[in-house]
Amino acid sequence: MTAPPTEAPEALPSDADDPLAGAPHERRPGVVGALRELALGLIGPLLAILTALIVGALIIVFTDPTTLEAWGSFFSAPGTALADSWDLIATSYRALFDSSLGSQRALARTLVQSTPLILVGLSVALAFKAGMFNIGGAGQLIVGAMAAAWIGITFDLPQVVHLPLALVAGVIGGAVWGGIVGFLKARTGAHEVITSIMLNFVALRLLDYALSTDTFRRPGRSDPISPEMPASVRLPEPIDSFQVHLGFVIALLVAWGAWWLLQRTTIGFRMRAVGANAKAARYAGMGVAATTVLSMGIAGGLAGLGGTTILLGSTPRLTGGFFASVGFDAIALALLGRASPIGVVGAGLLFGALQAGSTGMQAQTSTPIDIIFVIQALIILFVAAPAIVRTVWRVKETRLGAGQRFSAGWGAQ
Amino acid sequence: MRVELRGITKRFPGVVANEDVNLVVEPGQVHALLGENGAGKSTLMNVLFGLYRQTEGEVLLDGVPASFSSPADAIDAGIGMVHQHFMLVPVFTVAENVMLGVEPTSAPGVLDRDAARRRVLELSARHGLDVDPDAMVEDLPVGVQQRVEILKALYREADCLILDEPTAVLTPSEIDDMLEIIRRLADEGRSVIFISHKLREVRAIADTITILRRGRVVGTTTPDESDEQELATAMVGRDVQLVVDRSAASPTDVVLRVSDLRVRDERDQLAVADVSFDVRAGEIVAIAGVQGNGQSELVSAIVGLRRPTAGRVELDGTDVTGANPARMVELGVAHVPEDRQRDGLISSFPVSDNLVLNLTGRSPYSRGIRMDRRAIRENAERLVQDFDIRTSSIDAAVGTLSGGNQQKVIVGREMSHTERLLVLSQPTRGLDVGSIQYIHHRIVQARDQGLAVLLNSSELDEVLALADRVIVMYRGGVIGEVSGEEATRDSVGMLMAGARA
Repeated sequence: MTAPPTEAPEALPSDADDPLAGAPHERRPGVVGALRELALGLIGPLLAILTALIVGALIIVFTDPTTLEAWGSFFSAPGTALADSWDLIATSYRALFDSSLGSQRALARTLVQSTPLILVGLSVALAFKAGMFNIGGAGQLIVGAMAAAWIGITFDLPQVVHLPLALVAGVIGGAVWGGIVGFLKARTGAHEVITSIMLNFVALRLLDYALSTDTFRRPGRSDPISPEMPASVRLPEPIDSFQVHLGFVIALLVAWGAWWLLQRTTIGFRMRAVGANAKAARYAGMGVAATTVLSMGIAGGLAGLGGTTILLGSTPRLTGGFFASVGFDAIALALLGRASPIGVVGAGLLFGALQAGSTGMQAQTSTPIDIIFVIQALIILFVAAPAIVRTVWRVKETRLGAGQRFSAGWGAQ
Repeated sequence: MRVELRGITKRFPGVVANEDVNLVVEPGQVHALLGENGAGKSTLMNVLFGLYRQTEGEVLLDGVPASFSSPADAIDAGIGMVHQHFMLVPVFTVAENVMLGVEPTSAPGVLDRDAARRRVLELSARHGLDVDPDAMVEDLPVGVQQRVEILKALYREADCLILDEPTAVLTPSEIDDMLEIIRRLADEGRSVIFISHKLREVRAIADTITILRRGRVVGTTTPDESDEQELATAMVGRDVQLVVDRSAASPTDVVLRVSDLRVRDERDQLAVADVSFDVRAGEIVAIAGVQGNGQSELVSAIVGLRRPTAGRVELDGTDVTGANPARMVELGVAHVPEDRQRDGLISSFPVSDNLVLNLTGRSPYSRGIRMDRRAIRENAERLVQDFDIRTSSIDAAVGTLSGGNQQKVIVGREMSHTERLLVLSQPTRGLDVGSIQYIHHRIVQARDQGLAVLLNSSELDEVLALADRVIVMYRGGVIGEVSGEEATRDSVGMLMAGARA
């Protein structure tokens, strides 16, 4: 099982002047320096992943009835217990690897799975840079997908028009949902964590309602499910025999765009300034309220696009509770990726691989899918509490710290 | 208690913070530790207080070698320290803060608040500290909070008291009170170590003065033996001019006209009441006053950070009342804010970005929404050179710079774009002599280039050194105006205290 963030595409520039990364290191001359920085930055997350896999292995062993039985007779046949355990771990992780990266098909599954994770993860990361904790990814991606679904169902257009229109609608739907959060914060001071959580519930209910109307409900069905999206809005698969839809390419481009926006434009500068020190931003003449609304709008738009890529890609129909869990996984992987666009891409690929491989693992071994969620949770735990990893692996403090900064952002301002 | 530091050396990886420092503090004496920021004063005291362990050397208390592995050991040995940044719980009362960590109990686990209150009352009466034990710390002015810190040390029966820059946050009258309290504590037989870089205070209070420079002791003297000039030279290591060199002002047109301005503060109290004055091009007008008499609110209203409730602000004859800060920058107004950490800088951002913080929207730093990194870097390289900003690189986070250099970043940025009016609030607060001298020089230079300069300072020395005219504020209004030549410590000081001329 590996999909380390190092495999992130080279097209992405390193997020070098990321203030979260701490030390001043924007332009150390030469490629060697840049690679060194990158490697140092990766130590923390990589050790967290490794630790999580080891702990995950122990959990696999001690939740498996057969192996447990072998351990019960440990003193009469210690070899059997150890051998059984090793076999179980090896086959489980082997299966996980095979079904996420082991073949072209598996790899395609991983990339498709990571597409919405990356996009919604970028949403969380971008909001975080602007000083806000966007817990509303789940709601934003639902509203985005609903808007795209409406375009898909209602209109009958050629693909060149229909698909872009649906994508744009998805972005707008999410942007509106995120924008509401930003507006409430800017106007009334309502904390974005509270309002975005509440709006998640509103979005879920809104979806339930929509699926009960004639506009969205599949003709002839009484359960909450929409019709299949027509072919004219489906994301095409650019390479024959490699079942990865265009959404993955879009996600990578958007990640680059997010980096560019944050680091190279006045808008991104304002967003980061407001996030880092709203008082100084106000003193410098930046419109703090407008920036807050804009940041949440953009973040919502990214999450909406994430939802849309699910709808127009792998799962072309709306159902109740449509992939809301992606919205929460995204918070975790933005933390793992230290809120930088390239980090989010790496973390999204990792989570995508874990999730894509989990079904194969369950099918080939007795290890349940749920173990993957445990491993995901453990990774986050170890990233958020670097002291644990530091103690286990005896690494110096300075190399592992940025995760803490991210989690410390809770309730900031 | 007699405190002796013998041959203390403290090395950090790559840096020697203290080298072979010898220091003897006699009981009943105030021993001043004088040095610029970064001279190693705080490191030395942190060694004495058990926060750091020395690399070499020893600490003797009443002649007996002592070894502390934590502040708790130092406190047990009778050493108390009041840090520059207070260590108080804002939502606790004075008594609760004082007893924190050594709570008296009536039964195991049951707090005896009355005992703590009584002890606080007794201590504050005995030492003339005048603190209400039941007041909530967050409601107290800074000067009183500092007394609470001293009470904490006394409550723990400190025999040796370390005061780290105790006057940095105080107003002139609070400083006088504080010096009196310190004197009284020493007279009772304690040894007091007074860390400062303010020459006048050091000379006023110290029995012995030890000067540190770059981690070494460069001299030990007494106030009678050395005047301020000699102390400054020893501290900085070269000749410094304490008097700002400037010619008479030649004011021309009125740039800023404030008429009948009324401003309310956050609590909706009237903070500025019907204030009117002018500032002309080519002159420095200082607003003097004890902190909290409406100066901050007045300045905020002028630069667009706060909307006045009545009155007018005019710039070059145009009404700019209530314009936003971005508009004021466009009109050629620059502002060095009072609280540089909070308002003036984004500490995690690199020096280069901080040097264009309020200018990113304009040419040449951006075209459309795209920032021009090269122009930003060129600007940074130029200003770092021009303003002698000491930083490892223009990409270093500005928070890693010393206070003086952070202030130079702000002053450099603001002076780089101002065309008409330069407003400075407490421009040298907490800075060392070298940086103060430099910033004062630049302010006079700005005036000579024909800018109108409005200086808001509660530092009387600064006002006297720079101002061509002094406006004194008292309780929200202007109580008097003195010309630069007539302004003296007495004449301005009287007005600051509310006595009409």
